[in-house]
Amino acid sequence: MTILSPVSLLHRPQSGAVLSLIAVLAFFMLFGGVDIGRFLGAASWVNFAANLGIVALPVGLLMIAGELDISIGAMIPAGSMSIAVVSGHYDLPILVGIGFALGLGAVVGLINGILTVRTSVPSLIITLATLVAMQGIVLSASVLLTGNASVPLDAPAWAKAIFGRLIGGNYQIIILWWIGLAAVLYVVVHQMPFGNRLFAMGGDRASARNAGIATDRMTIGLFVLSATSASFVGMCGAILFNSAQVSGGMNYIFNAVVSIVVGGVLLTGGFGSVIGIVLGTLTFAVVSQGIYFTDIDRNWSSLIIGVMLLVAVWMNNSFRTMALTHSPKKKP
Amino acid sequence: MTHPVLELRNVSKSFGPIDVLHDISLKVNAGEVLCLLGDNGAGKSTLIMTLAGVHKPTTGEIFMDGEGIRFDRPKDAADRGIATVHQFGGTFPLMSIGRSFFVGVEPVRKFGPLRIFDRKTANQTAVKAVQEFGITRIDDGDRLIGGLSGGERQALAIARAVHFGARVLILDEPTAALGVKQASHVLRIVLEAKKRGIAVIFITHQVTHAMAVGDHFAVLIRGALAANFMRGEKSREEITDLMAGGEALADLGAEIESRMGPHDGPPPQPAA
Ligand SMILES: Nc1ncnc2c1ncn2[C@@H]1O[C@H](COP(=O)(O)OP(=O)(O)O)[C@@H](O)[C@H]1O
Ligand SMILES: [Mg+2]
Repeated sequence: MTILSPVSLLHRPQSGAVLSLIAVLAFFMLFGGVDIGRFLGAASWVNFAANLGIVALPVGLLMIAGELDISIGAMIPAGSMSIAVVSGHYDLPILVGIGFALGLGAVVGLINGILTVRTSVPSLIITLATLVAMQGIVLSASVLLTGNASVPLDAPAWAKAIFGRLIGGNYQIIILWWIGLAAVLYVVVHQMPFGNRLFAMGGDRASARNAGIATDRMTIGLFVLSATSASFVGMCGAILFNSAQVSGGMNYIFNAVVSIVVGGVLLTGGFGSVIGIVLGTLTFAVVSQGIYFTDIDRNWSSLIIGVMLLVAVWMNNSFRTMALTHSPKKKP
Repeated sequence: MTHPVLELRNVSKSFGPIDVLHDISLKVNAGEVLCLLGDNGAGKSTLIMTLAGVHKPTTGEIFMDGEGIRFDRPKDAADRGIATVHQFGGTFPLMSIGRSFFVGVEPVRKFGPLRIFDRKTANQTAVKAVQEFGITRIDDGDRLIGGLSGGERQALAIARAVHFGARVLILDEPTAALGVKQASHVLRIVLEAKKRGIAVIFITHQVTHAMAVGDHFAVLIRGALAANFMRGEKSREEITDLMAGGEALADLGAEIESRMGPHDGPPPQPAA
């Protein structure tokens, strides 16, 4: 492993997020009168972080690759509605509903990915188009098929146990899925050759392709992962709450991008880390949900998020510059 | 007889109605430095991109070891041992030396069922490869490419190409952005690559740099081969004049003087 000196730690992509998280917690304790023990044990912000985190991770990898996926905003309700319509309204086996929800995510991800690599249209615009299109499809299909914009779902016990259970009364099982996804992606991105290719692709796509990297296939794969993950989050929500709504999900776009950027991912690609994205998500969750634990009026949380975003981006830029100019073993 | 490593026969290239290269025939031998000279816009980059598989010739043929070849993608040229180093060398400024050295061909070690990127081997190999070219200041494979000097980046990119068995090394203006000292480092590395039997195509518009390393010179003017000669056949002045498109630089000097002479207004302001 790398030498864990404080200086070399600062050169990691996630160092800004670590400081942001500490600063936000300290701020709430000092000025919000938060009892830190009670706060850390609270489920609300952890549940919030897990749902957001499962989407933020693949979107963050796309950003490292130099792309963006905002269709997640429509894929969360799409995942939740499709399982509710298939297994709730039509009463088909839950496995069919799960397959339908995840399959829909994969198909939309494929469309996003193929359009991105085949055209020169920026992925922001392509996924904006699929975002709007999927919103329309989900709303019309559910009204057409069920006559309603909200559909009940009664999942069998085994499905609830895996996807929609509360552990210890308050903690959503999706927290474990988030930890699992983060662990797998950590190994794939930071310990396996895939990660090297991802960073190369985000740094300079043409050179990466010339080095023999299947950039198109990797890009499409990442889009499939992000749309499917969003659909998964929606699906788990429907199983947990026994119903699905066509609305909701749009906030995830904004929340995920802020989490990723605070987590030290470079907007233009080529730099970032899985740990950073996780820490950025935690920081975002602490600010937006932790505010309820403080004496501070909750309307201030947006201001805090805005300030935090600017400070984090500034810190990340400074750390990146330091990493570029610093030579750990410089001789005198 | 032995064939040249790379040979172009009557290669022309047009982009739609724009003719960029006209009827170029050139040979490069192993252990030889071919200097490709020419003014901006002469077609040097287009010529090497054709060799690197980025562009396909509109007409004409490319031979490698006497055998006719066709590159559909840059990867095909790379697989044949044609390595191109672009002006700014390292193209992944935010990656470490070890990681960028092995992009696409990462060394791995087995960890249970997983194939884990072998960072230590990658770093050691990369540092050793570049140190063999005399750049001993690079000793830590974890440093980011973006933190290296321009000359160090060129050295690293050349060392990488040689390490992966390049037979033809194409350097597009490797010394253009460098100071005198760094440029001389790069020129020394070019000679070192040549000594290892690699055919080097060295693009520059600095005649001094070309004279320092070239065995064989080709001058491109507006896409046509204006001259093709061996070391010692032409003087520095002749080469410089050729590059200026045949108009002797002396004329240019006279022209500048005649413009400056009667001038009595304020000196021209530099562009903001
Ligand atoms: N893809 C292209 N399409 C059209 N014209 C091009 C293209 N690439 C290069 N050219 C033209 O070809 C000429 C030679 O360019 P280039 O090979 O880059 O010159 P050099 O590298 O010698 O400065 C220029 O006039 C340029 O505008
Ligand atoms: Mg050029």
